[in-house]
Amino acid sequence: MMSSRWQEVLKKLDDYRWEIPRGYKSGMNVPGLIYADEEMLALMGDDESLEQVANVAFLPGIVGRSLAMPDIHWGYGFPIGGVAATTVEQGVISPGGVGFDINCGVRLLRTDLSQEEVKPKIEELVAELFANVPSGLGSTGKIRVDARELDRILLQGARWAVERGYGEAQDLEATEEEGCLKAADPHQVSDRAKKRGAPQSGTLGSGNHFLEVQVVDEVYDLAAAQAMGIQEAGQVLFLIHTGSRGLGHQVCEDYVRKMGEAVRKYAISLPDRQLACTPVSSPEGKAYFAAMACAANYAWANRQCITHWARECFIKVFGKSRRQLGMELVYDVAHNIAKMEEHSVDGKRLALCVHRKGATRAFPAGHPDVPAAYRQIGQPVLIPGDMGRCSYVAIGTERAMKETFGSTCHGAGRLQSRSAAKRSLRGADVAHDLAARGIVVRTGNVASLAEEASQAYKDVSKVVEITHQAGISLKVIKARPLAVIKG
Amino acid sequence: MEDFEIIDHTADIGIVARGADLKQAFATAAVALFSLIAELEDVGEAISRDMEVTADDRESLLVEWLNELIYLFEVENIIFKRFEVTELSDTRLKARGYGERMDASRHRLKGGVKAATYYMLKVDKDDGCRVQVILDV
Repeated sequence: MMSSRWQEVLKKLDDYRWEIPRGYKSGMNVPGLIYADEEMLALMGDDESLEQVANVAFLPGIVGRSLAMPDIHWGYGFPIGGVAATTVEQGVISPGGVGFDINCGVRLLRTDLSQEEVKPKIEELVAELFANVPSGLGSTGKIRVDARELDRILLQGARWAVERGYGEAQDLEATEEEGCLKAADPHQVSDRAKKRGAPQSGTLGSGNHFLEVQVVDEVYDLAAAQAMGIQEAGQVLFLIHTGSRGLGHQVCEDYVRKMGEAVRKYAISLPDRQLACTPVSSPEGKAYFAAMACAANYAWANRQCITHWARECFIKVFGKSRRQLGMELVYDVAHNIAKMEEHSVDGKRLALCVHRKGATRAFPAGHPDVPAAYRQIGQPVLIPGDMGRCSYVAIGTERAMKETFGSTCHGAGRLQSRSAAKRSLRGADVAHDLAARGIVVRTGNVASLAEEASQAYKDVSKVVEITHQAGISLKVIKARPLAVIKG
Repeated sequence: MEDFEIIDHTADIGIVARGADLKQAFATAAVALFSLIAELEDVGEAISRDMEVTADDRESLLVEWLNELIYLFEVENIIFKRFEVTELSDTRLKARGYGERMDASRHRLKGGVKAATYYMLKVDKDDGCRVQVILDV
């Protein structure tokens, strides 16, 4: 059961919406809004995540509500699974509202392969992917870039990769922002960040980052699925989850430090130091956004390079041409990012800085930022679950646009701490358990498997059901894993 | 035995380190950090490195110190296992670290650390010397 403290505080709006009233804490500029059902809410009440939703409401210039998706969990400063929009004119931008792994995100590829074709070769495919996509702690890439070339990655994002032969022009159309935030300015990225980033471009990394071979399990919205090139259950998909590696981590670290000074300079009062921020329109705010854009672009280039190597692996293992495989990019979404967007708030159009930390953009049909191929159905939303359960593809809605600044959940959301997961499970047992269910796992670090086991996460199906019922994103398909490659 | 404990945090990991004085507590926090990255018993001391970090206050200094070590691990792949903090004020730390370069064939690697955060950050001189920091992993 939810702790009694929160039972008294929260106001039930409907079965899937709960408000933290503005009066909960003196200093909140707006109320909090949590998307959850009773069961999910009970899981949230135990830690500090709801308190963090209230803390985010302190940000100067925040509008609407401090939002929490059903996959919310306890972060540092901002909760993970949070959305906060501030006005460009009077609001603040906070590096903590994006997080260390800037533009951590997910990209999904479809194929014309069936489960029957893939299963007999799955071990070979996994070995090939493991050998050709650099992963793991301290891994360095196959791409060697000097300082000038790194700056081009930071400026051009996924386009840099495509222009060097890693993928195709159509891939860019199927990527959020076409894989490039134009505000990028490499001069705002420290040498330390560049030093961390240069050897890591084109690497998966470690932790919760992974590659997954999936099979479509259920189709909920056939028309939307078909627009994404997904026809029926049994079709094989491929998912990539990674971000901006050490470069993004260093950008965040550099600017959290600078924001400490900005908080004093602009006399901003905050309940938590990790919420450090600066006015969006201040020189510090512009510098952070330009640096964050560089890190976001680096992440898109990263996922684009990995896409190319993954296609090469499939071509080799299945002996089919690129066209025969039909391995097209469905979409690529960022789930740790700040964006400058225009939204309606209380009937007024406002220029906003939308922080999505562990949340996915979910724009509706007809929105100009949704690629032409999806303009009729809405933006694809990619929601990976943990490695033992399943993943979802959904679409954005008009309701999300009205309520959540066009945002929805990003994944399952952590339930158990990494150390608690490790105490209760052994990595080898997790691998064995997955194998027994026909899921092939390959990792450079077996012990870390326990940290990412199903038991450590909320059930993604329940998370997605809440966002579906609340109407902020609608289910299109469910897929389940055939194989996982973890860093 | 180093005097530290790893504390639970849903998404991340916390460190609490103690020492007879603050220098020792900062040194122990650094050992705790590397204990999350690799099994330190396998790590030798072929490399020694002098380090210096500055910050606005003591709490920030702890964050800066750990972030400097994360940076050295990532850029130069050095796993440190022992530290001597030689100078420590509210705004400056000087230390020497001992360790060796990561070798995946010999070292048992455990996990990456992205950064030290300001969340729940504590540097406590009373009640023995105790420091606390949450890491993004």
